Order: sequence, then structure tokens, then C-alpha cells
Amino acid sequence: MTVKSTARARKKAAPGVPDNLRIKGTDAPPELVQLLTPEGERVENPEFPLAITADELRSLYRDLVLVRRFDAEATSLQRQGELGLWASLLGQEAAQVGSGRAMRPGDYAFPTYREHGVAWCRDVDPLNLLGMFRGVNHGGWDPNEKNFHLYTIVIGAQTLHATGYAMGITKDGADDAVIAYFGDGASSQGDVSEAFTFASVYNAPVVFFCQNNQWAISEPTTVQTRIPLYRRASGFGFPGVRVDGNDVLACLAVTRWALDHARNGGGPVLIEAFTYRMGAHTTSDDPTRYRLSEETEAWKAKDPITRLKAHLEQEGLADEAFFAGIEAESEELGLRVREGVRSMPDPDPTLIFDHVYAEPHALVEEERAEYEAYAASFEGGENH
Amino acid sequence: MAGQLSIAKALNDALRKSLENDPKTVLMGEDIGKLGGVFRITDGLQKDFGEDRVMDTPLAESGIMGTAIGLALRGYRPVVEIQFDGFVYPAFDQIVSQLAKMHARALGHVKMPVTVRIPYAGGIGAVEHHSESHEAYFAHTAGLRVVSPASAQDAHWMLRQAIESDDPVIFLEPKRRYWDKGEVADSADLPLHAARVVRPGTDATLIAYGPMVKVCLEAAAAAEEDGHRLEVVDLRSLSPIDFDTLEASLKRTGRGIVVHEAPVFMGMGAELAARLTERCFYHLEAPVLRVGGYHAPYPPSRVEESFLPDLDRVLDAVDRALAF
Repeated sequence: MTVKSTARARKKAAPGVPDNLRIKGTDAPPELVQLLTPEGERVENPEFPLAITADELRSLYRDLVLVRRFDAEATSLQRQGELGLWASLLGQEAAQVGSGRAMRPGDYAFPTYREHGVAWCRDVDPLNLLGMFRGVNHGGWDPNEKNFHLYTIVIGAQTLHATGYAMGITKDGADDAVIAYFGDGASSQGDVSEAFTFASVYNAPVVFFCQNNQWAISEPTTVQTRIPLYRRASGFGFPGVRVDGNDVLACLAVTRWALDHARNGGGPVLIEAFTYRMGAHTTSDDPTRYRLSEETEAWKAKDPITRLKAHLEQEGLADEAFFAGIEAESEELGLRVREGVRSMPDPDPTLIFDHVYAEPHALVEEERAEYEAYAASFEGGENH
Repeated sequence: MAGQLSIAKALNDALRKSLENDPKTVLMGEDIGKLGGVFRITDGLQKDFGEDRVMDTPLAESGIMGTAIGLALRGYRPVVEIQFDGFVYPAFDQIVSQLAKMHARALGHVKMPVTVRIPYAGGIGAVEHHSESHEAYFAHTAGLRVVSPASAQDAHWMLRQAIESDDPVIFLEPKRRYWDKGEVADSADLPLHAARVVRPGTDATLIAYGPMVKVCLEAAAAAEEDGHRLEVVDLRSLSPIDFDTLEASLKRTGRGIVVHEAPVFMGMGAELAARLTERCFYHLEAPVLRVGGYHAPYPPSRVEESFLPDLDRVLDAVDRALAF
């Protein structure tokens, strides 16, 4: 299936599409589903209708603001030495909140290490995410409690886990669906191609949600692909859609459609959320070495929060009190995160030996005993 | 199970029983359906249990392993067949970085009851990439269990125990022994990770697993003609290792020789020699010796007999150990 956006949306989208991603041999840019313009104007797309209440719009706005605030707080905490590393989602809030809110409770998300906004939508405590970047665990939340898998750092590996999980849903005869998150860089990984193949031949209910944020650390998308990424899907025999990744409404509508398509037996869908990584790859990265600030400035004009705020204001759907309330809530969240991280205790070193295996393992127990005896030899001594 | 079964048939029966006993058990692999696998280990299973439980997969080992992990996360108990040892490397990342670590990084919240069956090791005159002994890679990886049976009894019961385990198990099947026959009892006589003294002796201990157990038994029989009584221990489990059984044996015999097909350098023998030396230092009459493959790619089949340990190379090592 090729999804056509409205002429109007296409016209709006055109300036944002780099030349290298224009379809060769035509003047047309890749089609981009958009329901909310950067100026905050609502546009309709007959293929992705979205009926949404004012309450829901305000709730999405709250999500976007709080997620951005949490992310900014985490970046600060890294600068203060409280976290070892942070991978900021700045600029990608709409892609994550839109897709995250499209999921039903029984659906399951398989994230990369940047899906803080999806985690938020799945009600995963932000402090759980920070524990990993602080170095007190490797994640450690119960994935099945919120149907949100652990962050996966090896690029693209989780797309296969998502596909296998979705194959299990089919075997169970359930109507759940799965989202596999990945990025433009991951699209080059063999695991992602294999996930596309498995999902396709087993007709697995999985939505591949690619946040094309234009940069894989320092490498632009031209290093990964010669065609728009959403078009990869056609070679594997399933639909691909490109959506404005800074438009929370479009991300919500398209992902909701894709999840229903998958859960109703239609098989996988690839969504390419066309967005931009406004910050560095991680706090260890320096984007000034490889990209121009003009580019970042241009994307600022398409900010996901600004456009939703403009829409709420233009339509009279939110007043000053509402925005002030969100601001206050965001301050509270920042405070909770700060205090939570600063008071997060280091684990006992014997954590090293916990959970290596589910069942007893002679060598691990032997080494645990060795370690404990060694540690105990310092007790009461000067070295303790 | 009366009568003699080949190792291949014992494995096939084990898979059948596992499919019968637990509806969450699923088999995945290349050509395991109608064909029954290139070694026919899954013969007849798809016909009896359906395509949903015995799944022919795309030819993508990382994909097989990664989706098996996903199925395990959904509550399934996948048993994966890697068609040949040399084809497991594309799945190495999924095995080492994902499968092995998942339970620990989730702080025990999720289990990975995945069994990875690999027909392994050489001696069948195959083309390259079909004769690899890569057990050290897997045994070196925390989070994996690694086992290799040498008899029909162990093939059957160890596979059933591996499938029932809530941890990932790398199950190395000695492909050149698939057609060797033996009795399979009605129950397991040892836990999965116990070693087995398969021939008692007094003068030296041969430690082997998988395909080399037979070679060591033949060597022990030959040595007896020369008046040397060799003990043979079948390791069975490569991670964890049953060091108590090995220690008791070496303390009796005073000499240990590890035999495996894998290259000696940085192989299982290195770990066994180091640990057994620590445990048995004052009981040893000779350093623990190693017999194995050379530090070279597995050779073309016309010369593989020179690469693989055989009766004479084992006896040569026995002579060296006895000469100390």
C-alpha cells in the first residue's frame, strides 16, 4: 500500500525534505503524512482520519512537555556527574509520544536506548531509565509489568525480539500488537532486514517504527540509504508510510492505524517518522564537528511542542492557567527526578553474581563465595 | 525405552517428548519441517505437531536466534536448530549479547529458556564450515550453559533437561556419532551438569566430551593391553563443569589428560588444566596435558584425520604423562 498524503500536506512538507531523499527521476518529495503543520494548523488526511477531543490534545501536550523536561533534567544530571551518560530525545518527543499513545495496554514496545518518551507513555518510572545511565543496573525494570522491554543498545537487535514476540502473539491467537523502535542508522543493520523478513513471512503483528532523526552519531542518512527509508518496506512485501515525526497527531493516527492493521491480521508495517535529533547523539558527542547549526535552526521551526501549543492557543482549547499548570507539574517532575537520582544508592557489589542464571550455577556460586570471603577479610581493618 | 537407539533417534524422541509435555515448546530452524533437518533429527515432528510448533525459518541465523528470544519473552520455550556449527556465527551477537545477558540485565524479571542445538565438530569428511568446535566461545560466556552428550542415553535425557531449563543452553551434538547406538533408560540417571566416569582406572584420567569420549574409551582399551589402566571421564557439561568428579578422579590417578577436537590454544583444556592443577597440585605426578586440534583453520577433509585427536595421539600423551 502506498499512502498518499493530501496535496496540502505535501506542499507544507516539501521544504523540509532534503534533496537527497527526493524520489529519483521526479520532482516530487517523498510523501509525508502530516495532520498538524509547524504553524499549528490542523490538516486532514483522508487515509488517516483522527477524531480527537480537546482533552486528548491537552493530554498530549502535557506528555510532550513533561517528557522534554525529564530529558533536559537528565542531561543536566549527566553534566553534574550524577549520570555516566545520557542519550537525549530532544526533538523526537512527538514521534515517541504519538506512537506511544497509540498503543493499547496489551501491546508491547521494544525500545532502543532513546525511547524515554515511549517509556513515559508506558508508565515506566523515569527513575528506572536513569538507573541504567547512572550505572546502578542495566535497566532492571520488569518488562512485562508495563509491556515495555529493556533498552537495547546493540543497534537493531531488538527488532528481532519484537518480531519473535509478535510471532508468539499470533501463536496465542491474541489481538495484541508490537512496536519495534529503531533509527535511521539501525536501518543498515542485518538484524533489521532479518526482522523485516521474519515479520513478513510469518505475517507477525509488529509495527517497525523508525525514527529517522537524520543522524547516526555523525553519519547522515545518505550514508545509510539511497531511497527514503519507508520505501524499504515494499521490497519485503508490507506497507511503508512516512510521517512527519514532529507532528504528534500524525504519529498518533498513523501508528494507531498500523497497530490495528497488524493486530487484525494485516501483518507488519514500517513507519518512518521523519524527525530530527536536536541534541547530541549522547552527552559524549559533539555535533559541532559534523553538522551545521543552520540545519538545527531550520528544524527548530518545526518543533513538536511549539506547534501543538500554537494549535491549542489558536483554537482556544487551552488557557494560561492550563499552561501554567503544566509548567508547575514539569517543575515538580524535575525536582523528583533530581532528588531521586541523587539519592539513588549504589547496589551491593554482590549484584555482580545475582541473576547471571535463573537456576543455580556452580561456578557463579563459587566465585560469589570467593568474593564475599575476600570482602570480609577487610572488615574491621584499615582498608575497609 | 527398550532396545538400542541411535543418538539421532534418541534426540528425535527427546524433542517429541518435549513437544508433547509442554505446549509452549516450539522448534525453529532451517529445513527442520518436511525434510526433518539435514541430519533428520526432527524427522516426522512437523507432521505430528504442525507448522506452528515445528517451524521452518528463513535462512538467517541471527533472525532465528533473535526471534527465539522474542518468543521466549512471550512465554514460549524455543528449541533452535543451527544447521551446522559453522553457521552459528551470524547469530553470535544475539547469543552472546542478548540471549546470555537478558536474565541478568532484567534482574531476573525475564527468563530465557532457549535451547540451541548445534551439530558440531568434525570427522565426517565435510566441506569447510561444517566441522567446527567452537565450544570455548560459548563456555566463556556467562549466562549460557553448554553441554555435549556422548551417548544415546545422554543425548535423550540431557536434551530433555536442557529444554526444561529456564536458562539458555547451547547443546552441542557430536554429529559424527549421530548413528552410534546405545540404550536409553526410562529416566535420567544424572543431572544435566554432572560428569560421568565412563571407565574406571588407576593410572591416568582421560577427560573428554562429545565425539572424543569414544576415542578415549578406545585408547583406554588399547592401553590396558600395555598394562595401563586409564580412567575415562565424560565431562558432559562444559559450563558449568563438574570439577568435584574430576578432582576426585585426578586425586586417584595423579595424572590428567584433556582431549578435545577444538584447537588446544585457549580451549576447554586450558581451563581444565589450570583449575585441576589448583585443586590437585599435591596429588599430581605430571602436569595436566592437552590433546586437541591445532591453531589453524579446520583443514580440508582429506587431511582432517591429522588434525583430529585419535587413539594414537591420545596414547602418545598418556606415555608422556606416565613418563613424568
